[in-house]
Amino acid sequence: MVPAAEPRSYYGQPVLKEPVWTWEIPVYFFTGGMAGASAGLAYLSELRGNRTLARNAWAVALGGIAVSPALLISDLGKPSRFLNMLRVFKVTSPMSVGSWILNAEGALITASVAGVAPRLAKPTAAVLGLPVATYTAALIANTAVPVWHGARLTLPFLFGAGAAASAGAAAAAVTPPRYAAPARRLAIGGAAAEAIASKVMEQRLGELADPYREGTAGKLNRIADGLTVSGGVVLAAAGKRRPAAVAGSALLLAGAAAKRWAVFKAGFQSASDPKFTVGPQRERIRRGETRGAERLAVSRSIPA
Amino acid sequence: MGFFTDTSICIGCKACEVACKEWNQIPDSNQGFTGRSYDNTLDLGADTWRHVAFVEQRKPVGVDAAADSLVDAAALNEIAEREGVETYQDDGGVRWLMSSDVCKHCTDAACLEVCPTGALFRTEFGTVVVQEDICNGCGYCVTACPFGVLDQREGDGRVWKCTLCYDRLKDDKEPACAQACPTNSIQFGELSELRERAEKRLEKFADAGVEGARLYGADEDDGVGGFGAFFLLLDEPEVYGLPPAPVDTSRHLGQVWGAAFAAAVALGAGLLGAALGGRR
Repeated sequence: MVPAAEPRSYYGQPVLKEPVWTWEIPVYFFTGGMAGASAGLAYLSELRGNRTLARNAWAVALGGIAVSPALLISDLGKPSRFLNMLRVFKVTSPMSVGSWILNAEGALITASVAGVAPRLAKPTAAVLGLPVATYTAALIANTAVPVWHGARLTLPFLFGAGAAASAGAAAAAVTPPRYAAPARRLAIGGAAAEAIASKVMEQRLGELADPYREGTAGKLNRIADGLTVSGGVVLAAAGKRRPAAVAGSALLLAGAAAKRWAVFKAGFQSASDPKFTVGPQRERIRRGETRGAERLAVSRSIPA
Repeated sequence: MGFFTDTSICIGCKACEVACKEWNQIPDSNQGFTGRSYDNTLDLGADTWRHVAFVEQRKPVGVDAAADSLVDAAALNEIAEREGVETYQDDGGVRWLMSSDVCKHCTDAACLEVCPTGALFRTEFGTVVVQEDICNGCGYCVTACPFGVLDQREGDGRVWKCTLCYDRLKDDKEPACAQACPTNSIQFGELSELRERAEKRLEKFADAGVEGARLYGADEDDGVGGFGAFFLLLDEPEVYGLPPAPVDTSRHLGQVWGAAFAAAVALGAGLLGAALGGRR
């Protein structure tokens, strides 16, 4: 394929604004995902009578869901107005939907751990934990940021897989290995799914995936892949021994966190370079997928 | 109601920028030397609601380029002069493109759709406005806008943008920028009427053989349902820092939610497999 010529631009200036979100957001992607998937692991372990694993997974879920709102509120430009998030409910805004889901999940996990209406709270927390883990991908995909919007079909799977890996790893790290088999399976399966989802996403993004290979996002992406793969291998090979389980889990957790950070940074990099905005838009016009927003003057015959 | 910005008659005086700042009491923004022609505000943002872009181009454009003979050239020049569609161009073939950019007040406004607090709303004039007493500075609209119009104000935390002078419209006055514009490059009025006017203007460019003139955002199938503030440009939009094919992200909301739902189901299946399969 002939590489596309550098698209034209206004002094190389970005067309889009970089996101204004700060470090709290990728950390929340990690903690929220881990908490959501942990609720499911906890509930299912309980069903199978594995009370040790269930207790630990509920603890992870509670920890993750407790820090999440704090992170989100601290990122707001006007933190004192955080309650305005619950002023309306809008399906067109994944952030609005997410705020409601996250609040409900927080209440449900707290109730589950505290033993308030557990027969209702626990299964509901387990089910609602699933969208808690994936809606964050919908949130960033539903933007004009090319590398996020272009990955709208794959990003939720990457986040879901990362949530599984981190929930499994967190539980495996704090649970005696003989009770932790389901957590290890979840961690290893999640790690494999995360690695695959990441590759598929980059493949489908094509040239738009450049931010995942360059700069800070590229570095983080490579680190994340290394951590996730090695963590998965350590857990699979020696996860039945406590020290290896802790080490492998730590690698997986760091890998899942680094992957969220790579996705976050890639968004900034793709927004700040006009070639990622103009190039693909020109390409869509060329392929006839869109007319674009401009309409040229039609030259008519020259009057005598 | 909306704007038609005819960039072909913009003289780059920045009266719109100043009038906007004055009326809306917008804080100071970058006024350092950028080296980018006469542009010292760079882009739209929380503290710049009108931004005049300056593009210097060295290329043979205009009336003479379209003519096959001297007779044609003379005829075209006459039309161009009569209709006022000459562009600012010196003998060396350097032309200046100047354009006053502004919030597009999209018919399908991504910023408004993603706003989780309802701070962004559509007014009775069809414009898109941020309610500053509700915005909590979540920043979602900043990433959703396909034109990079919105931004968080430093030290304030909330998001600010052009209101199309909502307060003045309520008082039957035209927006400050349009009133200040000395050449009528910025025209305010009913969108349907402005579009008609723009079509006629575009025809004149076609008649005079001036290449490159185009309307930007004048049609409903432009990806955001039509701009409430559209433009006549003399080159490709990206040359002015504008996206050639902007898309309201909500057009893909079904895919976005569908994938998130499918991924949630897949995560559930994975959890079931891990917890219920094999040894407990």
